[in-house]
Order: sequence, then structure tokens, then C-alpha cells
Amino acid sequence: MNTSAVAGQKRVVFSGLVLPYLLLAPQLIITVVFFFWPAAQALWQSLQMQDAFGIGSEFVGLENFTMLFSTPEYLASFRLTAAFSSAVAVAGLVIALVLAVMANRVIRAATAYKTLLIWPYAVAPAIAAVLWLFLFSPAVGILALALRQVGVDWNHLLNGDQAFLLVVITSVWKQVSYNFLFFLAGLQSIPRSLLEAAAIDGAGPWRRFRTIVFPLLSPTTFFLLVVNVIYAFFDTFAVIDAATQGGPGGQTAVLVYKVYQDGFKGLDLGSSAAQSVVLMAIVTVLTVMQFRYIDRRVQY
Amino acid sequence: MRIRLHFRQYVLGLAGVIAVAATGPALAATEIQLWHAMTGALNERIVGLTEEFNKSQSDYHVNPVYKGSYPEALNAGIAAFRAGNAPHILQVFEVGTATMMNAKGAIKPVEAMMKEAGEPFDRAAYVPAVAGYYAAPNGQLASFPFNSSTPVFYYNKDAFAKAGLDPEAPPKTWTELAIAAGKLKASGQRCGYTTTWPSWIQLETFSAWHNVEYATKNNGFGGLDARLKINSPLHVRHIENLANLAKQGLFTYGGRGNAAVSRFFSGECAMLTESSSGYANIKKNATFKFGISSLPYYPDVSGAPQNTIIGGASLWVFANKTAPEYKGVAKFFSYLSKPEVQAKWHQETGYLPVTTAAYELTRKSGFYTQNPGTDVSVEQMIVKITDKSRGVRLGFLPQIRDVTEEELENVWAGKQTAKAGLDRAVQRGDELLTRFERGNR
Repeated sequence: MNTSAVAGQKRVVFSGLVLPYLLLAPQLIITVVFFFWPAAQALWQSLQMQDAFGIGSEFVGLENFTMLFSTPEYLASFRLTAAFSSAVAVAGLVIALVLAVMANRVIRAATAYKTLLIWPYAVAPAIAAVLWLFLFSPAVGILALALRQVGVDWNHLLNGDQAFLLVVITSVWKQVSYNFLFFLAGLQSIPRSLLEAAAIDGAGPWRRFRTIVFPLLSPTTFFLLVVNVIYAFFDTFAVIDAATQGGPGGQTAVLVYKVYQDGFKGLDLGSSAAQSVVLMAIVTVLTVMQFRYIDRRVQY
Repeated sequence: MRIRLHFRQYVLGLAGVIAVAATGPALAATEIQLWHAMTGALNERIVGLTEEFNKSQSDYHVNPVYKGSYPEALNAGIAAFRAGNAPHILQVFEVGTATMMNAKGAIKPVEAMMKEAGEPFDRAAYVPAVAGYYAAPNGQLASFPFNSSTPVFYYNKDAFAKAGLDPEAPPKTWTELAIAAGKLKASGQRCGYTTTWPSWIQLETFSAWHNVEYATKNNGFGGLDARLKINSPLHVRHIENLANLAKQGLFTYGGRGNAAVSRFFSGECAMLTESSSGYANIKKNATFKFGISSLPYYPDVSGAPQNTIIGGASLWVFANKTAPEYKGVAKFFSYLSKPEVQAKWHQETGYLPVTTAAYELTRKSGFYTQNPGTDVSVEQMIVKITDKSRGVRLGFLPQIRDVTEEELENVWAGKQTAKAGLDRAVQRGDELLTRFERGNR
């Protein structure tokens, strides 16, 4: 019987189709107008070669794409983006988890610590970049001058590795607060009784973390992983624009930054649209992969 | 039904009231929209200029609107044009010139517009190296040169004295610059020489200054099929020279844009090449005596020094406006060209005067004797220009600058030779030029 299949679950059935669609409409309209419509436009534009004013355009098929993939600099940007995103996601998650575990154990002035740790999230990415840029400015930055004292010649304007490090540090610093919040909430929802029982059974702190806390945190970690990868792919744009502008020698020009450079600054709409489509495909594949493979191992 | 009718009437009535309120001042004067990208003191000056113009007559009202940075303003203008809503005047940075010039049907060439509006316009009154940059292939001005600057050489007089160099005899050639940098370093100076705007100064202006091609087809003025020529022996020699100076610690790379300026006024670098419009900033921040001189050159190159080329922005007029509106725009441009208005703009902002009359007026007023060095930029420009020194008119110039700067950075970081870097810059730049040619056919 049909009813037994849904036994135990409440099921609300609308009579007619108007009301449910009406209720869904606001969300659907937003999704279509702000997501599907621009995405379709990007797809269409990526097949065109056009002047900035849209006076004349030519259908060129996949030529914008073949041009991109025959440029060594674009391929280098792929490797760079992979390295950058993994660095930002991994460092951001690890540091946030350590801080959350520590903050969760603090007894005195816990709120003060938590508040301070959350603060950087309120800083706009461009401001965060300027802040770190000041600290590391080869001419006047105090950290750069301190590094010079200990024999490190800090010049991220010419040294690509240092520039990379600078944008990673800034992006991670900005994102750690967000991750911290979720980890802390996750930690606080772990039943104390479980941990106490384990402690009575003789499990040390590391073992308790490895066998109880970490597995129970896995839904949070998984969620944050997805969010952080997307953050590293898209939201770090402002950081890179303010800190390095993709330099030196293109060594911090991640994919999303190149979209901006070519589309917004250079007005090469065809190439820029093709790059957005590539980026869109990558993020789709990554998210699907994360849900298919990692999601299976997550214990909810 | 009846209710709906009432409602519509009410809305119409309300709209009418709003329309009357909004267009109130416009009934008396034709409104001219000017979209620009000037911030801070420059924004105040542009507002001041329009206010003075609006007060000087009652038929037209110019309304300046700040639209963000240069790329933002250009994007705003393009978006507005696509939506059929373009402003009358749009300020566009010099690297966007080719994009604007090829937007056939979107823009109204300034000189033709002035003629149609019956405003007197004498091309010969304009500084050739300024006006030439914005001239269409037929020689007519396509846009109005508004804020133009050019690279000059700044040096720290106190550091020169300390190093035993004559503070009144700045280096004139690249060889002299290297010697001076060596002496400065020996005297304990951390950095001898640095530069802002690497592409604009070390390649674009460098080419004009030595009267060599930056690109074929007269640097792109002759057609869209121009290709880069910046891997010539002279260019390679210069970039290699800078790489060698960098190795010896005499030249320090200070980043793109004008990031290197802070190294000069912090005292770290004693010599700097930077835009003439950076004068006010340096004057405000430098705690030492500094001097301004012409850009260094290689004296063995015949024809050098020729003239430097400009940066900055010009004012473009959009097509499909009414005759009275064009008349207003033409009157506004005439006002901006007046010697006294230009002279004031030049003296207050450090931008170049657009007309020779404004330069003469400034000279007679004694401004240059009171502010020594501020005439260097004009002196570098007031010569007869050649086909190689008029400027650079290339599509996708913003990307070409990015590409060349990437390659230069890799040269100066010691990752590749000057020849390899410039060859790669030419290859990548030519790919961009080929794309632009196709997109704008």
C-alpha cells in the first residue's frame, strides 16, 4: 500500500499547483535572475568575439576556449589556482580547528577569546589585504623589516613565492574566523557524556579527539571544505586585487583574477566569458565530487 | 475597473509631479552628463571647473558624476551605452583610446562635433604631443585631451650631496644614472634607482624618447594590424641594463602602477622615474629637497631624446545626442581650453597644459621659477613629434601592459633573460592584437 511507504512521515499535500509554485516563486525568481540568466549569458558570450560596445560580434564557436588552452600562462594559472585553493582550504580548516578546540577548553574569559577570534571575519577582503600589505610592504612594513633583520630579503613584488605566501596568509586569516565559528558550534554539540565515558575507559585527549570528536565533527568539516574551496576560488579575488594584482610575473593570477583582468579591465568579453565558463565547470565538478565521494564517509 | 482607473490616474499624476520636480532646473538649461574617475583633490577641481562653467552662462548645465576608477567608469559608460542611456561625456584613460576609437557609431569625434556646433576650434593651438595621442587617422581630434601627464625624473638632492654628487647636476643619460647609483650605494643608500609604471615608462615612453617603434604601423596609429616591436636590440639592451643594475643592487623594482613612489619619499631610493602628475604627492611627503629633471636616455641612439608620451585620460563624447546638447558640450570644451582655465588646471593638479597658450601664460606668471622643475614635463613635450613618438594606439593595451609587466618582472627577478622576456611579451601581445583586430573588424 502506498500509505505505508510514507508511514511515520508527515506529508503535506497541496491541492493544485498554484500555491506551491507561488510559495517557491521568490526563491525561483532570484535563482533564475541572478544565477541561471547570467550563466546562460556567459555561455553565449563565450562563443562570440565581440568589441567592447557590442556593436559588432562574430560567432566563433569554441575558438575562445582553444585559444585559452593553447596559452601556457592560462595553464599555469590552473596549477596555481589548484595550489592556492588547497593551501587556503587546508590551512584555513586546520588552524580554525586547532583554535576551536583550544577555545572550547578555555574556562576563564572564554567569551573574550571567542569574540577576538571572530573579529577578522567582519573585515572586508580588500581591507584585510591592505592590512597585511602594510605589514609586509618591502619599503615600510614592520614584518618585512623584521624579516630583513633576520636575514630574509622580503620582496613580494619580485619574489613570486613570497607573493603567493602573502595572498595565502591574508585569505586564510580572513576565513579562519568563519571556520572557527562552525567548528566551535560543532564541538559544543558533541555530547559531554561520550567524552567522559571515553575518558573513564582510559582514552587520552588525542585518542578522544581522533576517535570521537573528529568523526562527530565530520559533517561540519565537510560543509566547511565545500565552502572554503568555493571561497578560495571566487572570494579571494579582492585580496589578490588589493595585494598583488596577480603579480609578480603572473604568479598570483588565479583563474578568477584573470577573468576580471581580461573582462573588466581589458574588455575582452569573449575570452573573459570563456574563462568564467571554465571556472563554472570546475566548481561544479568539484562540488559533485565532494558530494559523491567525501559525503559517503561523513557520519551525520 | 473603476478603482483601477483611479489608481492609474493617481500614478500618472504622481509621475507627472515627480517629473516636473526632477526636470525643474533642466527647463532653464540643457543638462550635460559628465562621467569621470577623478578622486580627492582632482574630484574637487573637476566639480569646481563645472561649477565655474555653469555660472559663466545659463543655457547649459554640466553635471559631473564620479563613476569609480578608470576601468569602472569605462565599464559604466559601456553598460550605459548598451542600455541606450549613455552620458554625454565620458572620461576614458589613455589605454582605452583604441577601444573608444574603434567603437564606430558609439562615439562622436570631438573636432567634428565642435565644427557642427559652430564652436571655433584651432587644432594648432594644442600641444602636438598631447593632441596627437588622441587624433583619429584623418588627423582630427577624436577626444578632448583633459588630464595628461608624462614621465619625468625625480632625485633626492640631499642624498646626492651626501654621496658627493652635485645636487644641481642630475644624471642625463643611463650611463650617468648607473654611475650616480653606484656612488649613492657607496654612501650607504639602500636603493639607487626605482621606477613606477614599468610598461608605460620603460617601454612605451622609452620608445618614443629614443624615436624607435613600439609597434608597427606607426605604433598602431596606421591600422589595427599593428604588431609589437619591443624586442628590438635597443629595447633588449635597456631591459638588460636594468636587470644588470638590479643584480648590482643599484636598481630596485618597486612594483606596478605608482607603488614605487613610497620608496622615493621614504628616502630608500634616491632616484625615481614617475609621472609628472605625481609631483603634488611627492612634494607633500618628501622630507628632503628633491629635484626634477628630464628622463635619462642613451646618447648614442640617433634622434634621442625625442619626446615623451602622455598618460592620463581624455573626454569622449557619445553619439546620438541632440544638437543643443552637442552645442553645450562644445561650449564646455571651449571653456576648458581657455588659456587661463588650462593654466590654473595645470598649476593646481600637475597635469600638462593642453594648449601652448596655457604654458606661456604659466611661464609668464612666474609659476615655474617658484616651483622649479614643474616645467620639465612640458619641455619634454613641446617638440615636433614623429610617427614613432606620437603615442601608442593599440587595442587591448591594458592587457598588453599586464603582459609586458609580467615578463619584465620575470626578467628582473633573474628568471629569464631580457631577450627571452621581451620575445615572449611580443608573442603574447601580438596574440592579443590579433584578437582585437578580429573583434573590431
